[in-house]
Amino acid sequence: MLLPRVIPCLDVKDGRVVKGIRFQGLRDAGDPVELAGAYAEQGADELVVLDVSATPEGRGHALEVVSAVRAVLPLPLTVGGGVRELADAEALLAAGADKVAVNTAAVARPGLLDDLARRFGRQCTILALDAARSGDGWEVVVRSGRDRTGRDALAWAAEAVDRGAGEILLTSWDRDGTGAGYDLELLAAMRRAVPVPIIASGGASGPADMADALAAGADAVLAATIFHDGHTTVAVLKAELAALGVEVRR
Amino acid sequence: MTEVVLVRTGTANLASVAAALGRAGCAVRLTESGDDLASAERLVLPGVGAFGAVAERLDALGLREPLAERLRAGRPTLAVCLGLQLLAEASDESPGAHGLGVIKATVTALPEGVRRPQLGWNRVAAGPGCRLLTDGVAYFANSYKLDAVPDGWSGAVTDHGGPFVAALERGAVLACQFHPELSGPWGQALVERWLAAAGEVA
Repeated sequence: MLLPRVIPCLDVKDGRVVKGIRFQGLRDAGDPVELAGAYAEQGADELVVLDVSATPEGRGHALEVVSAVRAVLPLPLTVGGGVRELADAEALLAAGADKVAVNTAAVARPGLLDDLARRFGRQCTILALDAARSGDGWEVVVRSGRDRTGRDALAWAAEAVDRGAGEILLTSWDRDGTGAGYDLELLAAMRRAVPVPIIASGGASGPADMADALAAGADAVLAATIFHDGHTTVAVLKAELAALGVEVRR
Repeated sequence: MTEVVLVRTGTANLASVAAALGRAGCAVRLTESGDDLASAERLVLPGVGAFGAVAERLDALGLREPLAERLRAGRPTLAVCLGLQLLAEASDESPGAHGLGVIKATVTALPEGVRRPQLGWNRVAAGPGCRLLTDGVAYFANSYKLDAVPDGWSGAVTDHGGPFVAALERGAVLACQFHPELSGPWGQALVERWLAAAGEVA
């Protein structure tokens, strides 16, 4: 039986970990290598690093960060942010990523997913999908939430999986950084829409939210703020999940 | 410093494997040369990608024979993920493509109705005769699998829609369907036991 994954997420800008609310108002949250080492020690199941740098210089730092994190991390490492073409993904994999997440560029050119899957395999090709509530559904938002695309999030995910995405990193834009809990309706709807693993992201406040997300169909739960701000540790959180009846790797 | 030769199979997560070997105190050298494959005291065959594409690449680089030869001779070799599947004769992933044929079996797809790819942590149970493998929880990233432990090998099994091979060992040859380099302290310890076993043979 596959065990659910608890995944700390490092949003990295210009070589430092940052965190905001709904992708805005970023503040410093620490050194990526120190945090990666600490989370690994605490029993994290995977690490996600998202490069949110806005400049080419910042992106250069991201490769250094990936490589420095890789050296200390005996866990799967998923990296996203600014991946526009195969060469970007190749550079991240060479630096130490195991999986590459694409977001805005895949919306602009869905064929990127086919290219990535053909070259690196589906298990390496992750669709990062930021979804905002809209009417009775959810629409895809891109460019760190600045642009609404009008595209239905569930339809886009299904297309992405057909093209080659092997996993969906699903972030609720409405909940990101708020601690209001994951968007469980979004997770349940996505579970019905795609057969691949889903990483729930956006809104985690603690173990109860995570257990709910897993029950709603997520295979993994991602959180940033609660770990960076020292509200909890991965070890404490996993013990709490176990107490709630969720079988976790410890 | 202990040197480990890592085969550049193309699209593998070489950096992750190299990092795990580095943490174990080894110097890592990448190669695409058949001579290196024949002479390396310790060899790692990583593997990410499609069965047919990597098998083709082994042929293009002239690596098929030296690799099959060292596996048959039991020289210290660690094969990871697709690396394990390449030991078989064929795979349903790439009909018509030829594996190394060290194991008389065909690799099959994970069944319908389970999450595919299997991306995540799963329990591993070591079978009789295992010296390197132990019970634990390992990180997998696969859509295809080897169904049974072949004669002459010891193995560990896991279950995702039915039991299949998590890893095989025979002397200083270790082949893992999971990624030991990504399987936390348990995986790191396994890599180090393989290095120690390789040291005894070398």
